[in-house]
Amino acid sequence: MFHKEKSIQIKNSASALYNNLSVLRIAPRRLTYFTVVHANVVNMVSASWDGLNYSHRQLQSKEPNVATSTSLIMQAAFCVLPSRELLVVTSQKGIQMYESDGSIMVYWHALDTPETPTAQAVFARGIAAVSENYVCVGVSSGAILVFDVPSKGSNITLSEVLEEHKESITDIAAECSGSQVLLAVANLVTVDDGGSLCVWKSGEEFQLLNKIAGLDISCSSVKLWKGTVVAGYGSGQIRIYEAVTGILQSEINAHARWIYSLDIAPFSGLLLSAAEDSFVRVWHLSVTPETNSVEVAHLHNECVTDTQICGAKFCDGDGYAFAVTGYDLSEIIRYTQT
Amino acid sequence: MSSRTLPLLFINLGGEMLYILDQRLRAQNIPADKAKKVMNDIITTMFNKKFLEELFKPQELYSKKALRTVFDRLAHASIMRLNQASMDKLYDLMTMAFKYQVLLCPRPKDILLVSFNHMDAIKDFVKDTPSILSQVDETYQQLIEMYTPLSNGEFQLIRQTLLIFFQDMHIRVSIFLKDKVQNSNGRFGLPTSGPVPHGTQVPGLIRIFSCTGEEKTRLQFNNGGNYTSAIREGSFEIFGDRVTKLGTNMYSVSRPVETHMSGTSKSSAQHTKVNTAPNPLAKEELNMLARLMGGLEVQKAGTSTFLVPDELSYGIINIQATKDQQVSAELTKIMGEFTDSGHQSPSSSSKGDDLLAMMDDL
Repeated sequence: MFHKEKSIQIKNSASALYNNLSVLRIAPRRLTYFTVVHANVVNMVSASWDGLNYSHRQLQSKEPNVATSTSLIMQAAFCVLPSRELLVVTSQKGIQMYESDGSIMVYWHALDTPETPTAQAVFARGIAAVSENYVCVGVSSGAILVFDVPSKGSNITLSEVLEEHKESITDIAAECSGSQVLLAVANLVTVDDGGSLCVWKSGEEFQLLNKIAGLDISCSSVKLWKGTVVAGYGSGQIRIYEAVTGILQSEINAHARWIYSLDIAPFSGLLLSAAEDSFVRVWHLSVTPETNSVEVAHLHNECVTDTQICGAKFCDGDGYAFAVTGYDLSEIIRYTQT
Repeated sequence: MSSRTLPLLFINLGGEMLYILDQRLRAQNIPADKAKKVMNDIITTMFNKKFLEELFKPQELYSKKALRTVFDRLAHASIMRLNQASMDKLYDLMTMAFKYQVLLCPRPKDILLVSFNHMDAIKDFVKDTPSILSQVDETYQQLIEMYTPLSNGEFQLIRQTLLIFFQDMHIRVSIFLKDKVQNSNGRFGLPTSGPVPHGTQVPGLIRIFSCTGEEKTRLQFNNGGNYTSAIREGSFEIFGDRVTKLGTNMYSVSRPVETHMSGTSKSSAQHTKVNTAPNPLAKEELNMLARLMGGLEVQKAGTSTFLVPDELSYGIINIQATKDQQVSAELTKIMGEFTDSGHQSPSSSSKGDDLLAMMDDL
């Protein structure tokens, strides 16, 4: 179903972090951007669609105007809003937002880091763009920071802090089906280290629609599509819930180790899951909101030999191609449909 | 990232170091009582109360260089001396072993079981010396207190922090190559077979539920591997069967030992060699642990008393072996093998080669 393509070499190997690959497709310029985190550096590659041109850039996590401060990066992700695209980088010290090509930093938000380290680690993790103008970022305390992003310029402001989770945020996802009907209901899901799931509706004041308690199994990756939450857990299970009601629709014993990344191709309903067990699996999901029913079919396995996978993303909305990163691997492996 | 990583890193690396040194002492046919003294001195230093207090404080992980300095000092906490090249090889062996254990742990929480395996072995090394035994027991308590309440997510953060520390290390280790757990490119093999971790189901089942919670459909899929159900969970108490073999002594008497170091892997173009050798001439401030380690001195006359670490001094440890008649021929031999090339024969290069060869036999 899929075959391996030529890999893209990156300057450093990928670190073992959840959701450690972000992809941005720029159709007008026939380019795709990829970002992979290595310790305190974000490796960015811009790849032309004809496979002939690759250019690299590295971003460091540091406070602006402070020469020596660096901190470990937890995640880097592209945020696509109607008016602009940003690259958001979260670290132990704070949150940086760049123009999507990584050329200029447009915003810096410092986290409250204590003078002497505390037993509870401090960092930001979990990034998603939601609705017209919001970017949400999670924090180790369980808080979700909601930033209001203007259509251009650097006048980004912290609009709200959502305090519902008690454990560190692991991932955040916005409704990606493009359906206006669904976006009007629930358009954001946030998950944490205890496996708790919160479903929200964005707005001037975000509204909590539902909270599904965790079973102390960390949820490392989540997606929201057609009103359905798809969540990947440390136990290797994928669970599918109806967002608004919280009803469990499906449970898949998907992987033999901790899941590190999930992705959905919104136009086709293809689902990608990747774990420490070296496997990337492709599934097909179909959702019929009218009957609240879901169908899941397993389509394909790829084994990346001797590699603990840490990032897997589709490169386009149909799921025609996907890319994979692994711990200690200095390449982005690509697969395309045959 | 996690501020609770350092104790686990130190204890596990220290454990590996003791396994290697124990094997070297046996290979050299050092008499039991002398070998025991070397081991006891190092273990005493490792579990010094003040040192552990500092170690267990919440803090960021040390840099590779800084941690290497701590272990340099630990290795020299007895009459044994190692030259730079020998120390390099010892450290490479230790770190690759623990990297392997961290990577292969089925669940992040199993790193604690690996640590207990090391602790169990250390306890066995000092079982005849009550004073050191009590230090070790206290450390068990501290580990249990600090780590057993942590959630799986917090353990994963510790694991991710450790993996960043070990990133890009692909040194080939003979015993791993022989056992086929490491490939010739220095990367560890990750099997897609065997028992799944405790708490995980064998992949292959899709269940669909109705809105009332009843199972509607059941589908099977091919998981591409050869997995079996989880086995029993190891014990997280002071005593108990840890179940996992990770963290147990690879160099034990029953196996033919061949821990030959093949040097750094040059096959991967992207391999980055990080310089971990401490620079004794550097004016960099020593980290707290190294300073504490440097201030500890072990008395030769049977009693072990500890000097208050002098935090202002930055000196290279210089533990002189006593030259009196009590020093047996075997002890001199150990010193001769591991001593800094400067102390012994005039032709330092050949002595250096001998020492390298000595460590090569590991």
